[in-house]
Amino acid sequence: MSKHHVTTTVNGEPAEFLCEPHHSLLDALRDELKLTGSKEGCGSGDCGACSVIVDGRLVCSCLMLAVEADGHAIETIEGLAQGEVLHPLQRKFLEHAALQCGFCTPGLLVAAKALLDRNPDPTETEARYWLAGNLCRCTGYDKVIRAVLDAAAEMRGE
Amino acid sequence: MPKMSYAAPATIPEAIGLLANAAGLAKVMSGGTDLLVQFRSGRTRPELIVDTKKLPGITGIRVTDDGFVIGAATSGAEIGECAALVQAWPGVVEAANLIGSTQVQGRASLAGNLCNASPAADSVPAMIAARATCVVVGSKGRREVPVEDIVIGPGRTSLARDEFIIAFHLPRRPAHAADAYLRFIPRTEMDIAVVGAGVSVTLDAAGVCTDARVALGAVAPTAVLVPDAAAALIGHTLDEAALAKLDAAARAACKPIDDKRGTIAFRTKVAGVLARRAAAIAFERAGAR
Amino acid sequence: MTFIGNKSDLKVVGTRPVRPDGVEKVTGRAAFGADMAMPGMLVGKIKRSPHAHARILSIDTDKALALPGVKAVVTATDFPDIASEEAFVGEGPMNFRDLSRNCMARDKALYEGHAVAAVAATSSAIADAALDLIEVHYEVLPHVIDVEAAMAPGAPLLHDDLFTQNTEPAPAKPSNIAKRVHFRLGDIAAGFREAEVVVDGRFTTQPVHQAYIEPHACIASVGADGQSQLWGSSQGQFMVRAYCAKLLGMEISNLRVIPAEIGGGFGGKTVVYLEPLALALSRKSGRPVKMVMTREEVFRASGPTSGGVVEVKIGARKDGTITAAQAVLKFQAGAFPGSPVQPACMCAFATYDLKNVDVTGYDVVSNRPKVAAYRAPGAPIAAFAVESAMDDLARKLGMDPIALREKNAAKAGTKTAYGPVFPEIGYQQTLAAARNHPHYKAPLGPNQGRGVATGFWFNIGGESSAAVYVNEDGSVNVVSGSPDIGGSRASMAMMAAEVLGIPVEHVRPIVADTASVGFTHMTGGSRVTYATGMATVQAAEKVVEQLKQRAAMIWDIPPDAVEWKDGEAVPAGANAGGFDPLPLAAIALKAGKTGGPIGAEVSLNAQGAGPGFGAHICDVEVDRETGYVKILRYTAVQDVGRAIHPGYVEGQIQGGATQGIGWALNEEYVYDAKGRMDNAGFLDYRVPVASDLPMIDAVLVEVPNTRHPFGVRGVGEVPIVPPTAAVGNAIRDALGIRMHHLPMSPPKVRAAVDTGSG
Ligand SMILES: Cc1cc2nc3c(=O)[nH]c(=O)nc-3n(C[C@H](O)[C@H](O)[C@H](O)COP(=O)(O)OP(=O)(O)OC[C@H]3O[C@@H](n4cnc5c(N)ncnc54)[C@H](O)[C@@H]3O)c2cc1C
Ligand code: FES
Ligand code: FES
Repeated sequence: MSKHHVTTTVNGEPAEFLCEPHHSLLDALRDELKLTGSKEGCGSGDCGACSVIVDGRLVCSCLMLAVEADGHAIETIEGLAQGEVLHPLQRKFLEHAALQCGFCTPGLLVAAKALLDRNPDPTETEARYWLAGNLCRCTGYDKVIRAVLDAAAEMRGE
Repeated sequence: MPKMSYAAPATIPEAIGLLANAAGLAKVMSGGTDLLVQFRSGRTRPELIVDTKKLPGITGIRVTDDGFVIGAATSGAEIGECAALVQAWPGVVEAANLIGSTQVQGRASLAGNLCNASPAADSVPAMIAARATCVVVGSKGRREVPVEDIVIGPGRTSLARDEFIIAFHLPRRPAHAADAYLRFIPRTEMDIAVVGAGVSVTLDAAGVCTDARVALGAVAPTAVLVPDAAAALIGHTLDEAALAKLDAAARAACKPIDDKRGTIAFRTKVAGVLARRAAAIAFERAGAR
Repeated sequence: MTFIGNKSDLKVVGTRPVRPDGVEKVTGRAAFGADMAMPGMLVGKIKRSPHAHARILSIDTDKALALPGVKAVVTATDFPDIASEEAFVGEGPMNFRDLSRNCMARDKALYEGHAVAAVAATSSAIADAALDLIEVHYEVLPHVIDVEAAMAPGAPLLHDDLFTQNTEPAPAKPSNIAKRVHFRLGDIAAGFREAEVVVDGRFTTQPVHQAYIEPHACIASVGADGQSQLWGSSQGQFMVRAYCAKLLGMEISNLRVIPAEIGGGFGGKTVVYLEPLALALSRKSGRPVKMVMTREEVFRASGPTSGGVVEVKIGARKDGTITAAQAVLKFQAGAFPGSPVQPACMCAFATYDLKNVDVTGYDVVSNRPKVAAYRAPGAPIAAFAVESAMDDLARKLGMDPIALREKNAAKAGTKTAYGPVFPEIGYQQTLAAARNHPHYKAPLGPNQGRGVATGFWFNIGGESSAAVYVNEDGSVNVVSGSPDIGGSRASMAMMAAEVLGIPVEHVRPIVADTASVGFTHMTGGSRVTYATGMATVQAAEKVVEQLKQRAAMIWDIPPDAVEWKDGEAVPAGANAGGFDPLPLAAIALKAGKTGGPIGAEVSLNAQGAGPGFGAHICDVEVDRETGYVKILRYTAVQDVGRAIHPGYVEGQIQGGATQGIGWALNEEYVYDAKGRMDNAGFLDYRVPVASDLPMIDAVLVEVPNTRHPFGVRGVGEVPIVPPTAAVGNAIRDALGIRMHHLPMSPPKVRAAVDTGSG
């Protein structure tokens, strides 16, 4: 059981880490790269708190081996804001009070970003289905969905 | 956590060699959405994971003269983005796209869905109804196998230990042909099918069914092809009598279990309901072409 | 401060500023329980019983200890065997002896997942390997899961020293029935004789989990001199401190508990599980120990709430006046006594102004994880039965369901069956708002139905501490002892800003550790905005007094000649002198020269919390062939006293309603024949997902609680009370069939369609 040396890009920056073959990408992000914004709510793909974008695709980082990240580009919640400037989704989450405890929030924001990257004008139903893999136990989703749709509208310039 | 090693071979012979020569349990991995969950919970303890995703041709969809070749590890998300496939095989695509969340779609593959050998796998009834075949490679060579011959029981496949699937083949569609897949789950998303029903039909110009395949999931130890259900449709338009016969044939094919996801009685009734509803969608789609 | 009756006098309260901890949370920087690391830290893991009920014959830890990298193993023998003693900081009843035995099994494992040993090792993989090396020999005992089976004579006994409390005559033999509770008002027999119409029913509910998304997590570090730090997420750092100190025999001042951000609790983080074990492992290994539960452990070994059986009978006159209301409630407590049957009995008929009431409850142990508080503990279980029966009564009387409730509604002066007389409450206003809501009159299609149900929760006050400090530049810090689960920091900052008359952005709140602020009871019982809010308001008022004094000093006039207005000191009138207003920042700048730092701390025991009421309207569409129930529209009306931050109040209501919908439709613990949980994960423990729901219209009715300066009532718990019955009543409306058993999952609904009864 030797460690793998993994070279990736995280939020646009080159990143390297060592990992055991059984480590998940989530383990590597949190424990090796100290990017603890991605959360572990289940470790089994059911809650979406660990959502990251790999080469443009939304995935659960708990369901991907860390070694698989080699040579791929990863986006996490830590890369959503541009420096001091919050992403419109982040701003709208705050304005709409779309978070209570905030534990699901990083995953929801990353998933919502993946949605808007692909579909700048989702319907409520599309947003709800896209985000169905992101459990939130606090909000009942109402304000989350409103925030996502409002951010989309703002980004479309409406 | 058991000791485990990981390999991502670049060629098929290399992959076969790794599987053939592994000392302990070796597992092929595509998207890992079943394998890694089972690994973490201790349900499977492989000593070696062979990741297929670096193999040539293992992902992506090619349109050929005989239909479609879908790389075994192609993700559900990619499958849903292939317009030609969506047009020709809407039922297979909707089944593949029902697997898990958006996140799971980013990784989950047809090969994994099939070879995990869960009776509830969503894409399997749809692929069986579609007469899909798979290309299997191993140290004894290459063979093409109907999808329904792969799974032999819950968690068990007919593949040898050094065999794995590299691609699926879906035939070309004649005119007035279409398929549909429906499943029942207690929520709208993030559930495993309590019942699944795939229906593929070909109609003549008058809307009479000339060919049909009906397959059910989660009602028996493996997904089942139900010839009686197909027979109920062939030679008929979508009338009440045909639907009633279809419903009865679907129910008769059920040998389900009582478990946390549904009772025997419930699964049996819903199998009939979904077969009818999926047939209605397939007929409507076929008629519209 | 006196109550501010006029809403237009408020500048900050009632607005929707961005919460102060918001940016941290949307950028992933907020540190939750598992996000902390310490140098040299070990990983702690728990060995759990695979059996529902078993005697522990021996535990052999030698092989595990011999494994390189394993630094400590603990079992029950590492903890003092504590005598029975009621705990005082919890939300529900709690006994320290039971708590200790729940954290680590002693003699017997009482449920699958019960901790029997714990290890600390240098890596997660080594800790896992060590768990496999711990050998536990069990004598497997017969188990009992169901509440009525546990009550039956001859049932397997969990505790041979458990004698039912509060029965006459006192029982001679032990049983699984821990306690009987009984509330009575008037003459129930006479009430039923007076009744012209009677409805009754037997309703059952299954245990459901709080299902916060953040699993329990902590890091403990015990020093060689006994001084210890514990960092972790919970609903109360002082609760964690008190419980751990007791369980480990520590002096309280030696344990400093630092609250992490908490990823949801809903009552489930009002007890300790990992914390005492992490401390014990740290003490034994001499290194910091981090422990994080897996999701599976959360389900198997942390508290769900009770399932229960409720028999209800209501009699009324033809005009709708209820003459008698009776209920018997039997609740599973899990492995140790302490189900929320008592509050459930108290809440059962609390929404109604009744003459004759009789409610009996039983607290029953069985081989399941010990229940923990869950949002309005017990009330939703009682409400499912009572509000379903009320719907049946309305139908039998041919009355509109809201009209029936209005006819019998509790109001100021209503005497409750459990004793107190209601002060000013907002139930009638809530019902009227529901009746007038456009939703209530909207047309329905085929296979659709509409249900209404209402609910009540006491809300509590209690002990809280807060401090307000003015900084040199006039900005302000608010320090409180209440963990912030849903935006309470925002409320604290807003209330302080309101009193000080400054923009809320100048007020920065923090949640302090147990050594940095006075004792504060847990975040639970919908008490934080009320009680900690009151402490904050009083501290801010003290600061205002100081500011006035300082201004008086600067102007050299008497302090009572100074007034505080909009964040500035102004002369009280023409006689006081012609001074330019002194803004807070100007006074702060001179603090050093006028007597030193400006700030105030308040610790109080808040009384007079105001009860809350809700009325929910739910539309469903039922697929008769599959039993699938779709929620089409949902409106939740609630008397919130006064909303400090309406956005977060709405959020509480929407979230509570959604949890109730999950409870109604799909959530449940499923057990196999051996008493093992069969669905310990989010795939099969089905909480609502985004696509399951419509928008939830939260309607805020404001009937202020005059005991709080801004009129606050607790709002967090009421919204989970009505949904189960609202959904059930909607299904009744759509199908013509009354559903008696939760969850009303598709197989049950389809079976009800087939048999004509639910
Ligand atoms: C949250 C969640 C939700 C889910 N929801 C659904 C759902 O709705 N419907 C559903 O059907 N499934 C669902 N699944 C299960 C899973 O996602 C699917 O079965 C998926 O298609 C598996 O594909 P994979 O590529 O991830 O398989 P992997 O995990 O990579 O592999 C699964 C199995 O197939 C074997 N295998 C993989 N590739 C090959 C190959 N090329 N040749 C031979 N054997 C191979 C592996 O050895 C393993 O035994 C869900 C899973 C999760 C985590
Ligand atoms: S932690 Fe990855 S989906 Fe829950
Ligand atoms: S805000 Fe708490 S889980 Fe979503």
